[in-house]
Amino acid sequence: MSTANTTNRAYGAITLGTLLPWIIGAIILLVLPILMGSKGQLTIMSQMSIMVVFALAYNMLLGQGGMLSFGHAVYMGMGSFLCLHVMNASYFGSVPLPILPLIGGFFGLGIAMIIGSFSTRSAGTIFAMISLGLGELMAACVLIIVVFFGGEEGISGYRDEGLPFFGLEFISHIEVFYLIAFWLFVSAALMFLFSRTPVGRMANAVRDNPERAQFLGYSARWVRFVSFSASGFFCGIAGGLSAILFEIATESDLNVTASGVILLIVFLGGVGFFWGPIIGAVVFILLQTVLGLQTHLWELYVGVIFVAMVMYFPGGLAGIIMSHAVAMSLGKLGLLVRPYLTCVLPAIIGILGLCGLIEMIFHMREAPTGETEMTLFWTAIDTHHIWAWLVFGVIAAGGILLARQQSSVLKEAWDQANTIDTPAEEPS
Amino acid sequence: MDLILVNLIDGLVFGLLLFMLSSGLTLIFSMMGVLNFAHASFYMLGAYFGYQLSTVLGIGFIGGLIVAPIIVGVGGALIERYGLRQVHQYGHVPELIFTFGLALLIQEVVKLFWGQNQIPYFEPAYLDFALFSVGDNAIKAYKVFMIFISLAIFGGLLYILTKTRIGMIIQAALSYPKTVEALGHNVPFIFMGVFGVGTALAGVAGVIAGPALGTFPGMAFTLGSIVFVTIVVGGLGSLWGALLASLLIGWLTTFAASYNLRMEDILTGLGMTKPEVMSDSMLQDLWTLTLPQVGPILPYLLMVLILVFRPQGLLGKREA
Amino acid sequence: MLKKTKLGVAITLAATLSASVAFAENIKIAFVDPLSGPFATTGTNGAAEWTYAADVLVNDKGGVLGGKNFEIVTFDNKMSGKESLIQVQVAIDQGIRFIAQGNSSGIAAAITDAVNKHNRRNPDDRVLFINYSAVDPALTNEKCNFWHFRFDANADIKMDALTDVMAARDDLKKVYLIGQDYSFGKAVAAAAERDITNKRPDVEIVGNELHPIGKVKDFTPYARKIVASGADSVITGNWGSDMVGLGKAIIEAGFEGQIYTYYAASNGITRTFGEDGKGHLNLVHEGQLNPPVSDRASAYVDGFEAKYPDHDISQARIANAVEMLAKAIDAAGTADDVVKVAYALEGMEHDSIWGGKVFMRPQDHQAIQDVHVGAHTDENIRHPLDNSPYGLMDNVKVEMAAMDSATTCEMKRP
Repeated sequence: MSTANTTNRAYGAITLGTLLPWIIGAIILLVLPILMGSKGQLTIMSQMSIMVVFALAYNMLLGQGGMLSFGHAVYMGMGSFLCLHVMNASYFGSVPLPILPLIGGFFGLGIAMIIGSFSTRSAGTIFAMISLGLGELMAACVLIIVVFFGGEEGISGYRDEGLPFFGLEFISHIEVFYLIAFWLFVSAALMFLFSRTPVGRMANAVRDNPERAQFLGYSARWVRFVSFSASGFFCGIAGGLSAILFEIATESDLNVTASGVILLIVFLGGVGFFWGPIIGAVVFILLQTVLGLQTHLWELYVGVIFVAMVMYFPGGLAGIIMSHAVAMSLGKLGLLVRPYLTCVLPAIIGILGLCGLIEMIFHMREAPTGETEMTLFWTAIDTHHIWAWLVFGVIAAGGILLARQQSSVLKEAWDQANTIDTPAEEPS
Repeated sequence: MDLILVNLIDGLVFGLLLFMLSSGLTLIFSMMGVLNFAHASFYMLGAYFGYQLSTVLGIGFIGGLIVAPIIVGVGGALIERYGLRQVHQYGHVPELIFTFGLALLIQEVVKLFWGQNQIPYFEPAYLDFALFSVGDNAIKAYKVFMIFISLAIFGGLLYILTKTRIGMIIQAALSYPKTVEALGHNVPFIFMGVFGVGTALAGVAGVIAGPALGTFPGMAFTLGSIVFVTIVVGGLGSLWGALLASLLIGWLTTFAASYNLRMEDILTGLGMTKPEVMSDSMLQDLWTLTLPQVGPILPYLLMVLILVFRPQGLLGKREA
Repeated sequence: MLKKTKLGVAITLAATLSASVAFAENIKIAFVDPLSGPFATTGTNGAAEWTYAADVLVNDKGGVLGGKNFEIVTFDNKMSGKESLIQVQVAIDQGIRFIAQGNSSGIAAAITDAVNKHNRRNPDDRVLFINYSAVDPALTNEKCNFWHFRFDANADIKMDALTDVMAARDDLKKVYLIGQDYSFGKAVAAAAERDITNKRPDVEIVGNELHPIGKVKDFTPYARKIVASGADSVITGNWGSDMVGLGKAIIEAGFEGQIYTYYAASNGITRTFGEDGKGHLNLVHEGQLNPPVSDRASAYVDGFEAKYPDHDISQARIANAVEMLAKAIDAAGTADDVVKVAYALEGMEHDSIWGGKVFMRPQDHQAIQDVHVGAHTDENIRHPLDNSPYGLMDNVKVEMAAMDSATTCEMKRP
């Protein structure tokens, strides 16, 4: 697996270069709600931020520690449930809402420490299978233990019944978004700092070669346990944030499907980079909400994207972006623009054509009788007319053939962009 | 007494069905080190192809039973050749994730072509009658048919693996792939073949289970994780372990569903008194718990315990 | 390449043109239910029924408020509580004032709670929640609020009707209760136990158990136990594949009695049961299809089947919901001030297309209507289900079921 070598910048020193991404991130979080202020958009952005925290916490295991978990939604869900119990408790009036995620975090930490005490004994398949089994057991318990989990309906509460925080009651969506954004920023920074600590570094070493790590005097199991617990803590924070945003926690928050989704998100973004899961979460939520509004087949497309990603770009979206680093440092990024236009663009058009054909098949099967028109890419199309099929067939075949034909050009340009012309110049 | 006999038969049917899935999965795992998450999806494809071939194309149930697994197996082999082998170079985690994505994809494709609803895939009429009865409970001829098919497959598999030349090569390739390759055998081709046969076995299971347990897009999901449990409990890579675990889980879930063992009786037996007003008690859910309520999740508990205390599984030789 | 560019321009132009034919002045209803994932069947079926009802019962008759049409806007909640809340928020952002949802009482509880919070926090853009299918009694009892209206009969009302039918049978001796282990399954079991003990104290309840929802692969062991118990009747609230699996296993195990159910029809279930279910399956529901109640109702069903051959009128109350909402909007004279619409809807009496009356009880916003018990059969079926010869033949009617049943609802009105 491609690993996090690129994050190994000189550490210790704080320079503008290391701070810059964080400053930009903070500015984006501050400005976004001003640009997109409708309540629905704010809700979706809040949801995105929560998933980012969750995805980063998950990647502490998968990317940095090499541990594949199939039941990680448990820790987020448990944090969520506990926070809702706090919201419903009589003392909630004396608890300021902004510290609620911390309570969720510590609960996640506690659960992770209990489970981690036996599940982190080994990595690999055993760890993965224990996580799967526990995930199934916990999801089943949610429906059985009604006292704590409220059964299928879950637990709901009111966020605005907490102690007002400098006059803020967190009724409006924008206040909630800023609260979540604050915790996103803090958690991301803490998780980044964790990856710089000796234990965080050792997690990488244990992932790559547990035996050598043991020779250095570190217990691989201890390192895994610490990573696992820390991950549980941040998952709990994400759970607390989710409790604040949605004011409800249900079984679907911690079942195996939710655990599968986070794996998808992190892998889509790229496990090899600290910021990979951030891209993954943002892109996935966009796919889910935007694509979900456009087509009922969004899961099919997500599945295809996911499989294609694993097959051809195992580094995820972050891997794709970072693969341009060499060309950029050589100042040859410009060489790639033209081949991208002539190769990737037709490929995208071809794929969209293919999607059009799939949508037409779906429409033929699902649409009411007599209704032969459908809207595809803002165009009204008669699916019972041979022309519609021909046009999309030609677009699909043409685009993909063109892309194939141009792929050699792209490869040539790629090789050229990644080689040094003048041997005298040393790449930094 | 009658009920015990009936439960033994039902548990055997379900256990053997699990075995048909887990035997393929465990073969694939021991050969390639891949936990194939999409294995149950091939089982689902078997059921759908069986339906399509036997009813819509009209080659009859037996025709479907023969042809559908072949299609599934060839499809599996192609996926190994053009998908899994590509991912293999990146390591085991991407491989696992690839099969995970494949499972999602197959489910979506099935929905695209056959729709969301349960499809009308039934037992053939000549097997759809009560062969005999135990007490009031009827045992259908189809169940007996399922038992015989599974036993035949187990026998055939055992024979091929232990008595034939190809079986010897496969066994050798399991432990020493490099040496086998040096001896001039085409190991990637053997891998592809094993993957194909493993998925074809899942296909057989799908064709015969489809009519009995229902054919719908969620069928892979409901059975998927339990198959994992089976091979982990039995010991990864062990055929006998897979058989033992399948039967164990088959009987465990069957008997758990049948006997109304109540937590209330156990707790009072331990000398505790049942609270007067249930809704006030923090332990109300514990008091009302019954065995059938938790039956289907017992295998997961078993798996976690096995992994913690005996990571190599019941009959496994190496750690997962 | 040039040709393709031309084509692209043509397509873009066509797109802008078709987009400019805007639907002005429509009254939008947000349909929030699963349209993808394992539960999409019921969701898409519901969406078809809503769209058809809006077109046929309102728009084709001139709309409301002197010419405004109903428009059903579908939102996919992916059967998740959180996703529902996001979609409801998106719908409210689009200026939609009416939220329709029905699949899963858990999600309905989440939505009714969210709508209540929203209306309290945003008095300027309040919305109504049209619950067309979620039957957990709590929604019109302890969880009731002014913004929630339920058009289906709740689980208790349905059980009352079901046990009426059962109690009338002389050969009823032993009853077995089995259901999914969650709030609805438990509510059904509790209601069945209470009603049977009240109506027929002589009848023995030989089994009362729950199984995990969606987790049972093989229902045979449960069926064996039911047969071995000697029960002559089974009551279950199971739905989806849990219903099919349980029902088929029971019948195949040699069970010869009756199975009383809530959700054993349509969405592939009727077709899958086929001949096996005949003489065994009974289903409680509202909205009689067979025998047809009137030419108007038959024409409505035939029109629907012609337009959506893969779907069924499986949730007849949707027609009531659409007609009553239209009447309420006309009576209120506005579709924007939902408080007025809600007051108009409260206490409304309506002549249903399915015969009989529907009364929206003001104290808990529970629709009171005729409840039927139908048998799964292929004899004399005028309106079959699932494109199979089988359908539901209603042989018992409980008029205005549970008209004066008690409610714990303490409605707070604005």
